[in-house]
Amino acid sequence: MNYIVRRMLQIIPVLLIISFIVFTLVFIAGDPVALMLPDDATLEEIEQLRESIGLNEPFYVQYGSYVFRVVQGDFGESFRYGQDALSVVWERLPATFELAIAAIIIAIMVAIPFGIWSATKQNSSIDLIATGAAVVGKAMPNFWLGIMLILFFSVTLGVLPVSGRGSFAHLILPAITLGTGIAAEMTRLIRSSMLEILNQDYIRTAKSKGIKSVQVIYKHAFRNALIPFVTITALQTSTLIGGALITETVFAWPGIGQLLIQAVNTRDMAIVQACVMIIAAIVILMNLLADIIYRILDPRIKLD
Amino acid sequence: MGEQSKTIIDADSQAYMRKRNGTFKRWSKLLLRSKTGTVGLLIVLFIVFVAVFAPLLAPYNPNAINPSSLHVPPSWMEGGSTAHLLGTDNLGRDILSRIIYGSQVSLLVGIAAVLLSGIIGVSIGLISGFYGGFLDNILMRFVDSFLAIPTILFSLVFLAVFGPSIMTLIVVLGLTNWTSYARLVRGEVLSIKERDFVRAARSIGVKNNKIITRHLMPNVISTFIVISTLSVASTIILESSLSFLGLGIQPPTVSWGTVLSDGRDYLATSWWLATFPGIAITITVLGIIFLGDWLRDVLDPRTK
Repeated sequence: MNYIVRRMLQIIPVLLIISFIVFTLVFIAGDPVALMLPDDATLEEIEQLRESIGLNEPFYVQYGSYVFRVVQGDFGESFRYGQDALSVVWERLPATFELAIAAIIIAIMVAIPFGIWSATKQNSSIDLIATGAAVVGKAMPNFWLGIMLILFFSVTLGVLPVSGRGSFAHLILPAITLGTGIAAEMTRLIRSSMLEILNQDYIRTAKSKGIKSVQVIYKHAFRNALIPFVTITALQTSTLIGGALITETVFAWPGIGQLLIQAVNTRDMAIVQACVMIIAAIVILMNLLADIIYRILDPRIKLD
Repeated sequence: MGEQSKTIIDADSQAYMRKRNGTFKRWSKLLLRSKTGTVGLLIVLFIVFVAVFAPLLAPYNPNAINPSSLHVPPSWMEGGSTAHLLGTDNLGRDILSRIIYGSQVSLLVGIAAVLLSGIIGVSIGLISGFYGGFLDNILMRFVDSFLAIPTILFSLVFLAVFGPSIMTLIVVLGLTNWTSYARLVRGEVLSIKERDFVRAARSIGVKNNKIITRHLMPNVISTFIVISTLSVASTIILESSLSFLGLGIQPPTVSWGTVLSDGRDYLATSWWLATFPGIAITITVLGIIFLGDWLRDVLDPRTK
């Protein structure tokens, strides 16, 4: 328990540092006033607005009041959507979650069988194909994979929609695009942790006792290989969200990634800041969760 | 007496380094033994050759518009001609020439950004590991903060603020990618600083910065090389992703990402526009990964 509390307390400085970096960048980016007023605003009007939103205060005062507002969930107003930035981001989150979960399911469905298969038949042709495919999957930029999938399934065959969200069919191509990189990483991981476990004494003992090899692989080896696997999956959150930014843009998927890229293009800084803080919070929480799950699954590590 | 012990310490520290890094002869022998390592090196040498001699190799100016040959398919297809081996785009620009010139940007940005992040990360890792204590704690919280945000997201925020150009792109990718160096180098330093030659140097009063530059730095070079190589691969993907989103390299400079993004609008009519730059990225990244994995096996046997 002590350990978990300590880990949770460590989150606070991390979020503060992130907010500081983002705030500093936006501060350097300069005056938002020009974007908030009509082109023919007089100098007086500009000065008035600057004063009223606190832009004439020194940097540290502005940062202080920024942190104070953010803690209360106030990231400012998006000038493009004309509403509270946090609620705009909030509305887009379910779409991103849907895509991310679908991608993970696909990755798991590919990685577990191929990871186990290639580990149990090391250096066979299956192993070579699986590890080769995993390397290629890692080397391919996922936006290109997405475009190639559109080219094949939507343009040439005409069986799946090009973009947008709605039906199950809309989900398939973006989920494969996002899932491929994760699947590559997972396959490699499962393979190496299975290989390590298959060389352990208790596996040899089980085999020598005449237990069927299928049973040895699943009951003794795979269950133990799951421990690092669960943690690494949670640690992939950052990669997953990074990939979602691109994938959503390729497929016009209305999630947080597409929102962010549009906000960057229109310099809607309230949205950009809210997106960064929300994404960072999600990644940090998932990492904490991974840590806790790891300690629960592996009783050799004590929670202190 | 002082000079003598310094010589002994130096000899000891160099012997440790040699033991870890080996000789050139051993390297070349090991390289030929690994098929993927050899293939990786050949690919990388080929790309470097193409980038350096692009003006001689490219059949056309990559930006030359030719209204009389728009959307010409690759030479082996019906309607294609050997004048344009990989076809032309919607403005009649030669795709092969654009891909050849694109290699320059990929390599330039990839290598420059990785060197910058290497300098930042190695310095932070050395300082953090060597001094420990409060400073270490602060620096590691910085690392955590950067790890909580997907690299591409951080890059997007930077680019939103500073506007896209090659220089900003290099600086941005350098500033956002240093965490893996810092973490690994710190770990190395923690173990090296317990070695006898470091303790001995300390006990005879060698200054801290001298210990760092003379005994620690040479010993983390292998870590630096391994991470750098693999980072060039991920940086090339990142650069092409940002350019694809329109936030990276700007015309008239040619990048694989922008060529791909131009081609995306013509998927239905000219599939080759988006296909070939993606293949170029994948092969390049694959070569670098092969080379990097081989280097890791040779230089860092623990992570095998």
